[in-house]
Amino acid sequence: MEDGLLYYPGCTLKTKASDYEESAKAVMEKLGRPLVEMDDWYCCGAVQSLSTDDIMHQIAPIRTLCCAQEQGETEVVTLCDMCFNVLRRANTRAKENEDDLETMNEFLDEDPDYEGNVETYHLFEILRDMKDEIEKAVKRPLDDLKIAPYYGCMLLRPSEVAIDDTEDPQIMEDMLELLGAEVIENPKRTECCGSYHTVNRSDIVEKRVEDIVGRAVEDGADAIALSCPLCQFNLDYHQRATEFEVPVFYLTELMALAFGLDIGKEIGMKKHRVEPNALLKEKGYME
Amino acid sequence: MAENEDEEQEMIEIFAMGKKYEVPKGLTIMTALEYAGYKFVRGCGCRGGFCGACATVFRKKDEYKLRMDLACQTAAEDGMYLVQLPFVPAVREEYDIEEVDPEEHDNVLLDYYPEIARCVSCNTCTKSCPQDLDVMDFVQAALRGDIERTADLSFDCIQCGLCTIRCPADIKHYHLAQMARRIHGKYNQEYSDELQKRLEEIEEGKYDEKMKELIEMCEEDLRERYEERDMQGEEEG
Amino acid sequence: MEVKRSEKDREFVDKVEELSGESVNACIRCGTCSAGCPFVKEMDVLPERIFKRVVLGDKEGILEKNTMWICAACYTCSVRCPRDIDIASIMEAVRQIVLRDNVDKVEVEEVENLQDLPQLAVVGCFRKETG
Ligand code: SF4
Ligand code: SF4
Ligand code: FES
Repeated sequence: MEDGLLYYPGCTLKTKASDYEESAKAVMEKLGRPLVEMDDWYCCGAVQSLSTDDIMHQIAPIRTLCCAQEQGETEVVTLCDMCFNVLRRANTRAKENEDDLETMNEFLDEDPDYEGNVETYHLFEILRDMKDEIEKAVKRPLDDLKIAPYYGCMLLRPSEVAIDDTEDPQIMEDMLELLGAEVIENPKRTECCGSYHTVNRSDIVEKRVEDIVGRAVEDGADAIALSCPLCQFNLDYHQRATEFEVPVFYLTELMALAFGLDIGKEIGMKKHRVEPNALLKEKGYME
Repeated sequence: MAENEDEEQEMIEIFAMGKKYEVPKGLTIMTALEYAGYKFVRGCGCRGGFCGACATVFRKKDEYKLRMDLACQTAAEDGMYLVQLPFVPAVREEYDIEEVDPEEHDNVLLDYYPEIARCVSCNTCTKSCPQDLDVMDFVQAALRGDIERTADLSFDCIQCGLCTIRCPADIKHYHLAQMARRIHGKYNQEYSDELQKRLEEIEEGKYDEKMKELIEMCEEDLRERYEERDMQGEEEG
Repeated sequence: MEVKRSEKDREFVDKVEELSGESVNACIRCGTCSAGCPFVKEMDVLPERIFKRVVLGDKEGILEKNTMWICAACYTCSVRCPRDIDIASIMEAVRQIVLRDNVDKVEVEEVENLQDLPQLAVVGCFRKETG
């Protein structure tokens, strides 16, 4: 693939997080490295299975890496933090543990063997190496916006798969600065949002959201930036149980905004519960 | 068998539910079981590979794989161990077709069949399907909200239930797929004027007489009529 | 705490170690795991206490607590443990011991706002809480 990047979407990017997919595609197009969706891919399982003997739950991510291999590619990029974490961990396990890989390949008997030659990346790792391009693409600096970055868990933990320092990450801070935004230091930025408890223990998530968003507000943030669709959902949707109304953006939405892309046309921002429009209008980023 | 005495019928051995039977070579699993003395009260329908009633599970001699197929379409082989599944228990969810507009509801299949979220991509379903459908792929499509793909990939499903009885995630593939096809038919596909016209004619009673005639016919005449029937497509070219 | 280590309890310790790939005896009871966990307020007992009970083989005592179900596998404890113990994997092992008896901790048919939930939440929850 010449300039394009082989892209693994994962299920959520196709529905609830379509805003993320749309904005990321538009931004990467502008930066000259378009995202090209894989021909075939499967749900990664969202959470990594942690038991030593549980090979069955490693099959799904490996199957997807196999698809990349069969497309003749050696790199796959994800947008979703959970997909990223699962793909990279399963891949690491397959590469480092020959016996496990063999068991998986025996199980995938109807398919070609996975050879362990595919690397997985999160979009942020690609963006980190494109600082000049990003700087050049900024048409409308976000200098009126105070943004608190939020990392959550899956980009940073466990350390074997972390894309940045597990306790003091800077990727998003650097990126936001390039976009011209004022970065709000956020001590809660690596704390868990409550994750899948949103399904059956939403009270726990509400407390997490109160804590995380509350701190960002206290420190003067206009909005939060992140990249995980589950964090986005939790921090956005569960604000309804709090007194806050803080828009929660995918970082790529803010990039699209700074690149001067047309909101509503080129990028969606359709699925936010806390509507970002009021803020964007007030700051003059929207008509 | 008495007809041709000097040419002896070649016999094979099969094991039905663990019991050994000698049956003539060349029968399907279904007819072999009947030869062995079983009578099908359930688990048999069209005998033509269309109805999906005759799911069967077997192992061949010297093969570790558990195989699945339709008893009416699969030849009995020497040394086969087999059993038929008279029924696969799977409850179909109830829904109001007017309330499942995929435009308003981007998770509609997951909403009615949440267990699809448990799919581990093991591909067992695909390997079980006698229709050679990409069953895993349509479950995955359903999970990501792609109703059209779910409907297309499952179009030839005959609802035998073999995927469903094998799935480690307890998914009810064929009910899920049927729901997808119905939603797809209602919300995404072109409306057919001809179908509408025909439905109205039926409502108005245009075919009542003809139906009555058919109901009263004896089997033999009915068969003849069936053999001679015109297909709409053939007729109009 | 009065806990006698019966034959069966030792089996439990072994199973936890086998499933998690971690050695429970490495713990020095410094409490770092509990100090960093964002969910301790919701837990019946602290992660570190669960640890102690695993070491003691107190299977019954552990299984009646909610701690391993509240743990969302955020790995904060695992990256901070000075003894490099992957506590999140120990929690998973305890969850698996329950789930493998064909137990569900979430009612799949009773999830309320399924139409609002993103797939990854549902997939994640079912993987962690259905057997
Ligand atoms: S999809 Fe399932 S129910 Fe349908 S024909 Fe294939 S195995 Fe049978
Ligand atoms: S058998 Fe079940 S778990 Fe396996 S791929 Fe098919 S639907 Fe998924
Ligand atoms: S009897 Fe109908 S498919 Fe076999």
